[in-house]
Amino acid sequence: MKAAVGGYARARDLRHALELLSSADGMGRVLAGGQSLVAALNMRLTTGDILVDISALADCRGVADDGGTLRIGALTRHAEIGRDPLVRAHAPLLAEAVGHIAHAAIRNRGTIGGAIAHADPAAEFPACALALGAVMRVEGLDGPRDIPVEAFFRDTFETALAEGEILTAISVPKAAPGEVQVIQEVARRSGDYALAGLCLVRRAGRHRLALFSTGPKPMLATAAMAALDGGDTEAAISALKAEIDPPSDTQASGAYRRHLAGVLLRRAVARIEGGTR
Amino acid sequence: MTEIVRDRIDVALTVNGEPVEARVPAGQHLIDFLRLELGLTGAHASCEHGVCGACTIRVDGDAVRGCLMLAAQADGAEVWTVEGLTDTGEIADLQAAFVARNALQCGFCTPGMLVAAQELLARGGAPSRGEIREHLSGNYCRCTGYEAIVDAVEAVAMARAGAAAQEGGGGA
Repeated sequence: MKAAVGGYARARDLRHALELLSSADGMGRVLAGGQSLVAALNMRLTTGDILVDISALADCRGVADDGGTLRIGALTRHAEIGRDPLVRAHAPLLAEAVGHIAHAAIRNRGTIGGAIAHADPAAEFPACALALGAVMRVEGLDGPRDIPVEAFFRDTFETALAEGEILTAISVPKAAPGEVQVIQEVARRSGDYALAGLCLVRRAGRHRLALFSTGPKPMLATAAMAALDGGDTEAAISALKAEIDPPSDTQASGAYRRHLAGVLLRRAVARIEGGTR
Repeated sequence: MTEIVRDRIDVALTVNGEPVEARVPAGQHLIDFLRLELGLTGAHASCEHGVCGACTIRVDGDAVRGCLMLAAQADGAEVWTVEGLTDTGEIADLQAAFVARNALQCGFCTPGMLVAAQELLARGGAPSRGEIREHLSGNYCRCTGYEAIVDAVEAVAMARAGAAAQEGGGGA
């Protein structure tokens, strides 16, 4: 199908983008890499949008070392994150996740900010952000604010971004010495959305486990995390299966997704315990 | 502020090395622009939501989904389609290998396959069959001729790596 949009404007800078959004009377839609939005437009899942193209805002692209954290510009593309030396050294989870996100041609244009603001519950980066304890920097006409990731994802395709705000950067804490970060997922075809997936981070003996494609939004499996902190993998797997309630659809049943989550946790634990997978 | 939300947008880009200026509808994707306005029908509009890869083209050096990029976003871009890559001879060996290996049946996926494969091949070295499959995982062939496609790409990778080694060995 063909898109039916209400208009298009190319933002010159962030202020201009915010003004364009504000003047769009609620019909404004931020266009970054477009790898989800243009697909949705073509399928007419959304019509009449005033597209505010922020892809030329150079200030929002690239990775910077902020001391204890990495600041990743929202417009940094997936392929760039996958090969960025700072990301590979200090947030290896994000670099590993890139290999699972869609296909090479999509990774060449898709952006991390777009993926996080879109908040697809089956996407990798939102769950990575949750596992890493990221902070979202958003800008509005009234100025910037920071949103901790735990408060950012609200529901399927819903975030704490207010009307007229733009996600401009994601800050993630640098990995501590000895920290391990892994992502595991199962998809029908390499690059397809995961049937189920998880990110596991072990930092100073404490675990963070973020699930994706198992519910309406990425979620921390807190009961499983507590069991992992106690060193009991079997208890963690049982707890994980009890605390998720995955949906059934044409791709997989909820029961199968729950089973997969347990398998994936076992694999993830094997990896962080020093396995080689 | 200057109001510049428009439903038709002026763009200036290069397509296959030629400068192009046009006024495009806000919602038109790049493949429709290339096909309908410029008559470049090599890249195909198929699923139009980024799943099939038949629309793969090169934009600013990267293989991208032409259906997931608006024509309006191509202002200032350097776009190459299978027509241009054919004219320059850049993929002549790859095209010959596709013919030699029967790596196309109906041919619908072929332009996208060629552009995607060339991106991998341009990195040099000799990618494994697994790496070739992974790189082409976003390109559907509904005739399911994947084995022959991987054969063709692998043969070209090895031939180019061999040629590069010979050049190096010759002290050139």
